[in-house]
Amino acid sequence: MAANTQQDSSMTLKLVLAWGFVGIPLAWGVIQTLINAMKLFQ
Amino acid sequence: MSLLPFLDRSHTIAKPGFSRWMVPPAALCIHLCIGQAYALSVFNLPMTKLLGITQSTPADWRLTDLGWIFSIAMFFLGTSAAVFGRWVEEGGPRRAMFTAGCCWALGFIVSALGVYAHNLWIVYLGYGFFGGLGLGIGYISPVSTLIKWFPDRPGMATGMAIMGFGGGAFIASPLSVWLMAKFSTPTHVGVAEAFIVMGCIYFCFMMVGAAIVRIPAPGWKPEGYTPPVVAQKLITKNDVYVYDALKTPQFWLIWWVLCLNVTAGIGVLGQASAMSQEMFPGHVTPVAAAGFVGLLSLFNMMGRFFWASTSDYIGRKNTYFCFFVIGFVLYCTVPHAGSIGSVALFVLCFLVIISMYGGGFATVPAYLRDMFGTRYVGAIHGWLITAWSAAGIFGPVLVNYIRQYQIDNGVPKAQAYNTTMYIMAGLLVIGFICNFLIKAVHHRFHMKPDHEAELAQAQVAAAGEPAGA
Repeated sequence: MAANTQQDSSMTLKLVLAWGFVGIPLAWGVIQTLINAMKLFQ
Repeated sequence: MSLLPFLDRSHTIAKPGFSRWMVPPAALCIHLCIGQAYALSVFNLPMTKLLGITQSTPADWRLTDLGWIFSIAMFFLGTSAAVFGRWVEEGGPRRAMFTAGCCWALGFIVSALGVYAHNLWIVYLGYGFFGGLGLGIGYISPVSTLIKWFPDRPGMATGMAIMGFGGGAFIASPLSVWLMAKFSTPTHVGVAEAFIVMGCIYFCFMMVGAAIVRIPAPGWKPEGYTPPVVAQKLITKNDVYVYDALKTPQFWLIWWVLCLNVTAGIGVLGQASAMSQEMFPGHVTPVAAAGFVGLLSLFNMMGRFFWASTSDYIGRKNTYFCFFVIGFVLYCTVPHAGSIGSVALFVLCFLVIISMYGGGFATVPAYLRDMFGTRYVGAIHGWLITAWSAAGIFGPVLVNYIRQYQIDNGVPKAQAYNTTMYIMAGLLVIGFICNFLIKAVHHRFHMKPDHEAELAQAQVAAAGEPAGA
């Protein structure tokens, strides 16, 4: 039971790290693009 | 026995407790890197001033010659995806991702040498050939793995990965500009150094993807998922061998469906900045046009996820019907938007069109899976990528030449794109007909059980394990 809980939390941590690893750069790129795109409406 | 055993398919089988949601980030690690190809043009202008620094000298590279770097890379993308598709499928995703990472990084390093030596042929070899190989192998590497992990939502899964390819440019574009600024001096343009740093970053990123990717254990299915009992007409439960798939009319109909959908979008994507300024002179400035291009890229990326996910609910064939019908209406509306001077309508039309362009790419792996089964879907997808290469030539050529022909015949610049829009709408009608003609694959193309067993035995033998282990 305890081993299962430990395995679950370890997998959750891996998921957070993996999604953060790809999500943070992508979000940064999208924000940069949106800032540039705003010039269309200025 | 393999030289690098940890890359073998047998070493990538997921252990109990592994979450399938780890696989999309692995796929994104690859696609976000190779998506840099969409931002290659950022380097074009600096590469025309490598000798002159502040302005081009006669000995500097010309923009037209630099354009070939992208074209060669696209050619090898299609070729390598087709040629190595079966190898990717049978060798497993980790080996393919590792190879793609090596080729992609090598492409940047060799290109940096070419820039340093001021030899354009070395850049063609680097980014064009090695980079193109990395693009092709990397593009198809996670597709079948994602489909196997998400049998309940194959469109969403592949859409997520292919969305990364659209999103790669968002990261690469500002990163490239920042790196070049960092390494440039009054006597030196920092292109070579930027290439080296980007090659190293992309290599590390892609290796992370290769390390975390897993394939499901044989017989695995998502918790609570029961495959549909009632057979659906356009979703097969059988597999078709890659070279048999090429003999079916369905493969070539889907090839044309993709080619026509991409042709309609790619021509616009390449000319969006000039088109918006010429159709609305005085209203759309170069800065605003750049913003419009950025917005198009964003919708291209989001469309990949949105339309591919939608296809899980409404079906692939209906999704493509949406692309062709809505696309037809929007292309016919663009000249009207120009004539009434409505920038907002023009922008809206193209944002939806470009979302469907991206959606076409992202929905097609699931369409292939529905028609030909999961077993060789990656390899079949590899062959289908040649439609993209063909569209990469048709689209821009159509837009550029028709525009020039119109201007040469005295048509004002603001109206020079009208005929092109109607031609694009016409292409979508042909695409609609091709999509309409797609029926289920005849059972004579389905893999026979003995053929499957033979292949499985060959794979086990190649992995160095006793049959039946």
